[in-house]
Amino acid sequence: MAGMVIIGAGECGGRAALALRDLGFEGPVTLVGDEPHLPYERPPLSKEAMTAEAPAIKAIASDELFAERSIRHIHSVRAVSIDRAAHQVRLSDGTSLAYDRLLIATGSVPRKLPMAGLGGRCVYLRTFNDALAIRAHLSAGNRVAIIGGGFIGLELAASARKLGAAATVIEAQPRILMRGVPAEIAEIIHKEHEAQGVNILAGQGITGIADDGAEVRITLADGKEIAADLAVIGIGAVPVTALAGEAGLAIDNGIAVDEHLRTADPDIFAAGDCCSFPLVVYGGRRVRLEAWRNAQEQGALAARNMLGADEAHAAVPWFWSDQYGLTLQIAGLSDEGRSTVRRDLDDGAFILFHLAQDGRLVAASGIGPGNAVARDIRLAEMLIAKRASPAPEALGSQTVKLKSLLAA
Amino acid sequence: MSDWVEACAADDIDEEDVMRFDHAGRTFAIYRSPDDEYFATDGLCTHEKVHLADGLVMDDIIECPKHNGRFNYKTGAARGAPVCVNLKTYPVKVDAGKVLIQIG
Ligand SMILES: Cc1cc2nc3c(=O)[nH]c(=O)nc-3n(C[C@H](O)[C@H](O)[C@H](O)COP(=O)(O)OP(=O)(O)OC[C@H]3O[C@@H](n4cnc5c(N)ncnc54)[C@H](O)[C@@H]3O)c2cc1C
Ligand code: FES
Repeated sequence: MAGMVIIGAGECGGRAALALRDLGFEGPVTLVGDEPHLPYERPPLSKEAMTAEAPAIKAIASDELFAERSIRHIHSVRAVSIDRAAHQVRLSDGTSLAYDRLLIATGSVPRKLPMAGLGGRCVYLRTFNDALAIRAHLSAGNRVAIIGGGFIGLELAASARKLGAAATVIEAQPRILMRGVPAEIAEIIHKEHEAQGVNILAGQGITGIADDGAEVRITLADGKEIAADLAVIGIGAVPVTALAGEAGLAIDNGIAVDEHLRTADPDIFAAGDCCSFPLVVYGGRRVRLEAWRNAQEQGALAARNMLGADEAHAAVPWFWSDQYGLTLQIAGLSDEGRSTVRRDLDDGAFILFHLAQDGRLVAASGIGPGNAVARDIRLAEMLIAKRASPAPEALGSQTVKLKSLLAA
Repeated sequence: MSDWVEACAADDIDEEDVMRFDHAGRTFAIYRSPDDEYFATDGLCTHEKVHLADGLVMDDIIECPKHNGRFNYKTGAARGAPVCVNLKTYPVKVDAGKVLIQIG
């Protein structure tokens, strides 16, 4: 028996390997990753790991656990091609792995700025090693320019301020967090960054970037120039699909899989940031998510289906971000909504419920200090999964417990 | 064995809910189950140090508010990624309408 091979030892691949064993699979499990580390969590890279005294990897499993569970983890090696007919994966060290079932969990990589001549002071953040390189520049008195007002860039700006570095965020769109975050919430985050001394330049495209080795100079569309010791580019991510594409598998904003996370090849699955899939809660709308819990859930689901379960991915998307003392959580995709209802909680926290035309609850976005919105967002997620249409007055009133709506 | 410590009144906690209790520099979570029994665990999640009392209780599960890690609060058993380390539990009794926990 050739067993199960997983390409990509990230959140999704690592969870899938463990899940195969949890499910009682006894054949060979091989996890191949091109990074030198154990599978680790990426969310801390822009948050705690960036500000910690001694940044460390938050591994999702230890070498001992992998050994104990007979999971073979091959690190620092790339999968370079898939021979579907022979059921073999070729690796960059010249060896090959045979598989019965294959999971592609190759994740995503930062979208590159389409400009030539970016030197060593223009960097991206995806890996632990990227985080270490950025951190080396984030000391008091240094200046960091962040291109892109998305989550990673904003979290990094918050970390830079914590370390005493000056931070400028440059966003081409009219406001930060244009994608997926309601304006009312983006505004709270914007204000908090300004209060913490971050210079946010929204509605500003960049026309040039020059890195002479000593500093980076960024030219804005209006002609202004920003000088910085480091430029971090955070303009989104693109799925890693080449391996699948070259093997003849369909690519559609990610490796295209069905609701069981299966590609057109019945023995090949894809999951996590690298795949696009039909979202059952929204009637099969094809999406690609870049979210940590999705990577976990899909890794576990892929494992079940690789063992023959034939289960559909029915989860509601969920995402969080931490900046300063604020936490944002979003359940569902807010662009499915046509109207919103606001529910105010204690300490300035609030939740926006997004309702579809027919009154169905399709998403909820919340922000507040610490974990103020967590419980209600979780309950909203369950209401969304149930396709409930709660009365807007009930959603809007803090005195009506969301848990009571769930029982209805 | 150390003494029993009064944590709260029994009706301070709704059924199927949780409350935070701080004592002598430590933090605990006190639960009331849907079948009206009381339980206590360490107050902080074993994934990152987050107060579980901000999380959601469903049946015998407490779900962490931060990343939705799950524990069975009756046994302390970790029940789902990303948590893998169990929670410590403490004996609880209800006496004259008060919830008491035995802090070891
Ligand atoms: C800085 C940062 C902060 C984040 N913060 C949050 C957050 O707050 N909340 C949230 O929900 N999400 C967050 N995310 C997103 C989350 O981390 C990702 O969604 C998650 O890591 C996706 O898991 P994955 O396993 O699909 O991909 P990845 O974690 O990217 O893992 C894929 C792995 O496959 C490897 N690989 C690729 N191709 C090959 C090949 N051919 N051969 C071998 N190995 C290969 C890659 O090197 C990588 O190690 C954050 C991401 C980053 C980068
Ligand atoms: S802090 Fe509890 S699950 Fe992460």
